[in-house]
Amino acid sequence: MTPKDEIHVPINSDSDIVTARQQGRTMALEAGFGDTDLTVISTAISEVARNIVEHALSGEIILRIEHNGSKAGLVITARDDGPGIPDIALAMQDGYSTGKGLGLGLPGTKRLMDEFDIVSDPEIGTTVIMKKWRN
Amino acid sequence: MRVPILKQGKYLIASIQSALSDYELLQLRDDLAAQVGKYRTRGVIVDVTVLDVMDSFAVRTLRAIAQIARMRGAETIIVGIQPEVAFAMVQLGLTLGQVETALDLEEGLALLDDRTRQDGNRDAER
Ligand SMILES: Nc1ncnc2c1ncn2[C@@H]1O[C@H](COP(=O)(O)OP(=O)(O)OP(=O)(O)O)[C@@H](O)[C@H]1O
Ligand SMILES: [Mg+2]
Repeated sequence: MTPKDEIHVPINSDSDIVTARQQGRTMALEAGFGDTDLTVISTAISEVARNIVEHALSGEIILRIEHNGSKAGLVITARDDGPGIPDIALAMQDGYSTGKGLGLGLPGTKRLMDEFDIVSDPEIGTTVIMKKWRN
Repeated sequence: MRVPILKQGKYLIASIQSALSDYELLQLRDDLAAQVGKYRTRGVIVDVTVLDVMDSFAVRTLRAIAQIARMRGAETIIVGIQPEVAFAMVQLGLTLGQVETALDLEEGLALLDDRTRQDGNRDAER
């Protein structure tokens, strides 16, 4: 794996959200994703990065290209050491928000991506791992 | 970067020039809110043609802009939503609610003319 195959974007403020989604778009473009997927990927990154800023203050987004035979995919990991999510099933429901959001970030992002996993612990924080395969 | 707001007759046109951070979006909301009152604006157009992402925060802020403008007597039209962006918004579950959209600036202006003319007629009937 060349170093360029993995990018870490620190997330500390709202302008880092823009940086993360632009880096993700660039990486996906280089990996040959089409226009719709590029927008879908940027949108998904934006949502999980904003969750870090809004609900955990700081963390990072890790972008990685994965190869599986002839298939290529973009793996996005959003990691923070914030307060964690006490009830993940509840947080994954459309319209559930503990803030002033629409509560669509997590369930909507899951709909945008091909694979979506979330692990959370009040001691450790929250990690979202999601994947988009190139068509 | 601050979004330039152009005053054209009784309308305000905000043309987004580049990707916006949350802070810059809120700044646009506040700038528009201030100018709508100051210029007795009847219509606001927000041109989002260059945006390659409209996530939940952007949509929430655009809805807020339209609500604030409406309370001050102005209609808001969002123009230039790209097809991929529309697709991602739908998947995410986002809608613009009551906020009207048009294909481009020209159609947006025509729609505003239409809306404000109707209002004018209603005023005249009273
Ligand atoms: N990284 C995180 N750390 C802690 N809590 C989180 C995190 N991400 C999400 N949550 C919790 O899960 C809830 C649902 O998240 P989701 O992104 O769906 O909605 P939201 O962020 O509240 O609103 P929206 O994303 O629509 O603006 C949040 O309100 C918050 O309580
Ligand atoms: Mg969210």
